[in-house]
Amino acid sequence: MDVRALLKDAGLAAFVTFMLALPMIGFQTVDVSGGVGITVVTRFGDVAISVVLVFFGRLALSLLQQSNWRLPLLALSAGIALGLPLLKTQAHYPVITWLTVIASAVIAIRAAWLTFDVSGVVGRDESNRMGDAAAFVGRWFGPVFVVFALIFPFLPTTSRYVLDLGILVLTYVMLGWGLNVVVGLAGLLDLGYVAFYAVGAYSYAIIARDFGLTFWACLPLAGLFAAFFGVILGFPVLRLRGDYLAIVTLGFGEIIRIVLLNWTSFSGGPNGISGVPRPSFLGMPFHPNPPEGTTSFHQFFNIDFSAEHRIVFLYYLILVLALVTNFFTLRIRRLPIGRAWEALREDEIACRALGINPTNTKLTAFAIGAMFAGFAGAFFATRQGFISPESFSFIESAVILAIVVLGGMGSQIGVVLAAILLIGIPEFFRELAQFRMLAFGAAMVGIMIWRPRGLLAHRDPSIRLADSAGAGR
Amino acid sequence: MRIGNKASAGGGRWLLRACLRCLLRDRFRGAERSGNTTGLAQQAEDRSEATVLGGVEALEYFLQQLINGVTLGAIYGLIAIGYTMVYGIIGMINFAHGEVYMIGAFISIITFIVLGLIGVTFIPLALMVVLLSAMVFTAAYGWTVERVAYGPLRGSFRLAPLISAIGMSLFLQNYVQLVQGARVKPMQPVITGGFEFFQGGGFTVRLSYIQIIIVLLTTALMIGFTMLIQRTALGRAQRACEQDMGMAALVGVDVNRTISLTFVMGAMLAAVAGMMVTLYYGVIDFFIGFLAGVKAFTAAVLGGIGSLPGAMLGGLLIGLIEAFWSAYFSVEYKDVAVFVILVLTLIFKPTGLLGKPDIEKV
Repeated sequence: MDVRALLKDAGLAAFVTFMLALPMIGFQTVDVSGGVGITVVTRFGDVAISVVLVFFGRLALSLLQQSNWRLPLLALSAGIALGLPLLKTQAHYPVITWLTVIASAVIAIRAAWLTFDVSGVVGRDESNRMGDAAAFVGRWFGPVFVVFALIFPFLPTTSRYVLDLGILVLTYVMLGWGLNVVVGLAGLLDLGYVAFYAVGAYSYAIIARDFGLTFWACLPLAGLFAAFFGVILGFPVLRLRGDYLAIVTLGFGEIIRIVLLNWTSFSGGPNGISGVPRPSFLGMPFHPNPPEGTTSFHQFFNIDFSAEHRIVFLYYLILVLALVTNFFTLRIRRLPIGRAWEALREDEIACRALGINPTNTKLTAFAIGAMFAGFAGAFFATRQGFISPESFSFIESAVILAIVVLGGMGSQIGVVLAAILLIGIPEFFRELAQFRMLAFGAAMVGIMIWRPRGLLAHRDPSIRLADSAGAGR
Repeated sequence: MRIGNKASAGGGRWLLRACLRCLLRDRFRGAERSGNTTGLAQQAEDRSEATVLGGVEALEYFLQQLINGVTLGAIYGLIAIGYTMVYGIIGMINFAHGEVYMIGAFISIITFIVLGLIGVTFIPLALMVVLLSAMVFTAAYGWTVERVAYGPLRGSFRLAPLISAIGMSLFLQNYVQLVQGARVKPMQPVITGGFEFFQGGGFTVRLSYIQIIIVLLTTALMIGFTMLIQRTALGRAQRACEQDMGMAALVGVDVNRTISLTFVMGAMLAAVAGMMVTLYYGVIDFFIGFLAGVKAFTAAVLGGIGSLPGAMLGGLLIGLIEAFWSAYFSVEYKDVAVFVILVLTLIFKPTGLLGKPDIEKV
């Protein structure tokens, strides 16, 4: 064991941390109290702590390569991870405490991994095992999830708040499934997905306002408009390399937002559009005193009026929309077009050699993904009753992309789990909201490094040969 | 030529005055005739304003936009070099580059304030110190971004580095928001004053010292940078990696080190751009990297991605387009104009103005 090399390595990491932390963490710009301009306050203690943390963290990670160090390090890091929260230091230094805890936990997990995985088999077998687990989750949890989602509004623990949260999570599940067609199946990185969501929302709001069409008449129109925008945008760009598509969609998302913000006569500008019509159940509105000539939902079913009926209806609406998206995706994967998407994702040149037209094939994926975003947008507009450009910023696109990436590109069940993890859970930890996007960003980098196919990466073959034994293994 | 211009401008001005006088007389007469001619008077006023913009001061106005556009273009060009270099060498879009530029701006403003607090008032010295500190510390960020987010992904599947870059960009943005606060950071102007031209007319053309510094510094950096790429061993290694990474490694080029240094250089140039923006606009926040990044990328694509002179030319063009669009059309849609340029370039000339065709090999 080369102690000097280890120390040098850890020292280098600590030095880089010092360089990173000194200007940005060491000095904080603050407003001059009672004056104009800004001044700085120093936080050199935090710099020192981060340097020390990185030094020992790096040292521990290097030492884990030596087998006789693993158990002591496991004990030590697990001790820190579990013991530190008991010391009540988080009251004074919350960020530092939690950083230390997370770092020790990571080291402990890694140590445990290396200690108990004696065969040292990582790579193919390991990914197969995870794949089997994912397949198991997909086969058994899928139906369980659907049943749970169906009875969810009637569970005694479900309050109105939780139900609203369920609607929100399902909206993101639907968006994630829609984006999964584009990113997961066709392998096109779309960073402006929220633009199509906005097109759907605004087209529903404006058509319903100006022409008085109902939600059900507008829904296909919203999808159609969004798909149309997808085709217009995709046609020129999809001929090029994938990276260009990423940045053009990013720009397009911004264009849509800027136009909505400034074209006041059309979209209401920053004030948005309020009073978007609410959906009705087979033409029966959810209203305590329905207008002349219509029967309200509660009158028809002869029950007492309750504002919750509408929420429950909205919940089932988005559940149906999301399941339709899922069903559509699962089915189209088996069609020639779906298989062409996946083939194109893997190797474009080979596809071209086999006679697949890459531009048209990508365009269909792009348009179908946009269409689902349009449906979700129409739902969003009718649920909120108010839309403004603020709801369609780049951050939304990033969140949807994070859901797809974390769930595992192409994995339908992974999207559901990731949406619950990224949307549902943070709602319960409002005080940590400021760390949310930070964690998303770090998670996207981490996933790409350690599990590039996503947490639950498993892909069923699109098509199974009937007799695989005879197919000549 | 210049005299001719001035003479014709003078002639135009005389004509305009006459017109204005006419219009005003009409207006007064109309007002005398009846009290209910505000509409007409308003029209006359509108027309006279339109003549002012479209007539005499047009030249001065144009010149001013040219100056502003070139300044803006220099800044975009410096950021665009970072994109184009990274793309040239590893063929990926470094989405986090805009955030690196934003961090450069923050480090500049922090260094300025610290220097002010410890009493460095000699401005050239302060500028040098800020320049150095911004370049050194931002380079550390550039290096770390490469080591953490892209290095482990070499040879991974196609989308992996792009997604990792988006994640890094989100992370850096929120990190700066957390450690420095979400509020806008203003700074007192350090360098004031400048030259003024054509003061005689109604519109004065201003060329401030800071604009001169920005353009001169950018030119100097460009020259130094071109020398670095063409004359030094590092530049040779970079060009070798750009052509064929595997072959370069076989003949003894340290590929990892070369790529790291490419990121470091890109970050340094972005830091200079960040310092310039801080000096020029005097206000920054944690979100400036997003738009600047997209625009600089557009500049890189317009100039031909992978080509260094192309990046500078593209930056200049984007700066000019933005300045003229804001001046003659609408400020609100200036970003839209840049995006449209990006899409149009990709449709009609995907290789850009100075780029080489991109041949995909199996």
